[in-house]
Amino acid sequence: MALNGKRILIAKPGLDGHDVGAKIIALALRDAGAEVIYTGLRKSPEYIVRVAIEEDVDAVGLSILSGSHLELVAETVKALADQGAEVALFVGGTIPQTDHAALAAAGAAGVFTAEMKVADVVAAVAETLAK
Amino acid sequence: MSDAKANPGPTLGPEIPSGIEVPEVVTGDMVEGSGERPGVYPFTRGIFPNGYRGRLWTIRQYSGFGSAEETNARYKFLLDQGQTGLSVALDLPTQCGYDPTHPMARPEIGKVGVSLSSLSEMELLFDGIDPGAISTSFTINGTAPIIYAMYVAAADKKGVARDRLTGTIQNDILKEYVARGTWIFPVKPSMRLIADTILYANRQTPRFNPISIAGAHFRDAGVSAIEEMGFTLADGLAYVDELLARGGDVTHFARRLSFFFYVHMDLFEEVAKFRAGRRLWAKLLRERYGVTDPKALMFRFGVVCGGSSLIASQPYNNIVRVGIENLAAVLGGAQSIFTCAYDEAFQIPTETSAEIAVRTQQIVAYESGAARTVDPLGGSHYVEWLTDEMETGMRQVIDEIEAYGGAVKAIEEGYLQSRTAQAAKRRKEKIDEGETVVVGQNHFRRDDGTNDFGEVFRLDPEVSARVLEKYQAILDSRDNAAAEAALGALDEAAGEDGENLLPYLIECCHAYATVGEMVAVLKARWGEFQEPVKF
Repeated sequence: MALNGKRILIAKPGLDGHDVGAKIIALALRDAGAEVIYTGLRKSPEYIVRVAIEEDVDAVGLSILSGSHLELVAETVKALADQGAEVALFVGGTIPQTDHAALAAAGAAGVFTAEMKVADVVAAVAETLAK
Repeated sequence: MSDAKANPGPTLGPEIPSGIEVPEVVTGDMVEGSGERPGVYPFTRGIFPNGYRGRLWTIRQYSGFGSAEETNARYKFLLDQGQTGLSVALDLPTQCGYDPTHPMARPEIGKVGVSLSSLSEMELLFDGIDPGAISTSFTINGTAPIIYAMYVAAADKKGVARDRLTGTIQNDILKEYVARGTWIFPVKPSMRLIADTILYANRQTPRFNPISIAGAHFRDAGVSAIEEMGFTLADGLAYVDELLARGGDVTHFARRLSFFFYVHMDLFEEVAKFRAGRRLWAKLLRERYGVTDPKALMFRFGVVCGGSSLIASQPYNNIVRVGIENLAAVLGGAQSIFTCAYDEAFQIPTETSAEIAVRTQQIVAYESGAARTVDPLGGSHYVEWLTDEMETGMRQVIDEIEAYGGAVKAIEEGYLQSRTAQAAKRRKEKIDEGETVVVGQNHFRRDDGTNDFGEVFRLDPEVSARVLEKYQAILDSRDNAAAEAALGALDEAAGEDGENLLPYLIECCHAYATVGEMVAVLKARWGEFQEPVKF
């Protein structure tokens, strides 16, 4: 399968409690062969980065639906850099089209919204991790 | 160039989203003619004998963003446009019990709702608005008893008698553990706080609904219409049991239990859901608790039209979706309706989109004729058949939850959480495969710029700074000794299980103690909920 041998952390930064998307993606990544760790709700970027390093993951997926994606992605990127962690970062949730470029510039390897097919999200993650 | 051809479109299947297969024709011999009348048990046709002829539903748009001043201005705009009730959206720090200075709070200040960190913000929110003259609903759960206390304190300060307060506080923690996620404390102390609020409110603010037991969030998180109602009624029974255990009188408190649901796109499924749920709740209260007082058996509910049924592709199509859902809510007999704005799938509504959402309700109310007679679909072979089928399905869901050990256990152990996640995955697969048709997204899609929409909402970037400034000003100006004394009394009362905490919370609010301070006191006593991470 496309993600055999890969370890992925799905995380909910900030206070947003909507976790449907995070769980759907977690289930799909697992179905595609990845080992998936899910943080549960309400985690700080520092906590997420610490888990990412301890669990030695290949990628982190942040799920954000509260409109705080620009701040939370910036904080996560900074925490990753501070720790010298080289991990692919993906962002999913209610992200307006107008913010996609800013997130990519901040360091997100992919930005996914609810309307994308789950299979396309999994394929995009697999492609990035194959590089 | 080849000739233009008609796009035949997808095939319309016989199944409604709940999974019930609908016959091509439903005939009279398939339904039992009941000759039921509205306003009498079991209320299938509605709780009032005259439906909307006596009083229209409340047009209540969920709204709030930034700081109290911006939201106050939006409320005045909405009231000017003919909105008839307020619905306060609170930001996540307020919902999760963090003061704006907390590191977890900083990025979220004012994003999904208004920041209310102490009584002084509540006073600004209602500046020039009389809480005794307009009904107000608060979507708040983890900190619901605190926000209720703050509202009562604000009314006290304005000199508004408590018995004039009308409105609703969501105050339904059970569904927060499954969907939406603004829990704070473990289940048991949370249930105590909810019961305390209901019992106190019944006495002090008798016209105010101290709970709105919500299915909406289960639904948007992935479950079917049948499960939405089944989960909700199971939660409702858990609250009734808790209230009875704390000495409540069911005939009294049941009059003020209210409910809240999503309306999604299958019009008849939604109408049947409300008719079946209304009937089933009355039957459950009668069968299990021997309630006979009609007022205590009445299932009163508000709805939201939109949510996950709205999409970002071709967003103007959402106006049509909300119109159909609005009609379903009216045909189902809702007491209050919130119609989402077409851009709500991806941003805080602009003033323009918010106005269209209000106008939608006015068109349904005054032009469509749907409100002219009670339960206009009553007696339709299809609707009556589907109402029966859905009631059977809902009873089955409740039985499954009870077989597990009841709603509280099913939530503490994550059973409802994983059931919801699995349902969400299936729902998404059906959309991805094109079996569930979503026009403009998985069928009839265009990727050529028609996804654009007029106006982008931009939250004032200075909001956070302003909120923090006002927060500091309160800490500097209040009588700190009074705030500390009130918090100390709260702490002591929290240690006594038999003590109702509401008078203490109201005292804290009057002393300008902050939401974060009150929550910190209770957290130190009770700890925090440990989420069962299941998917």
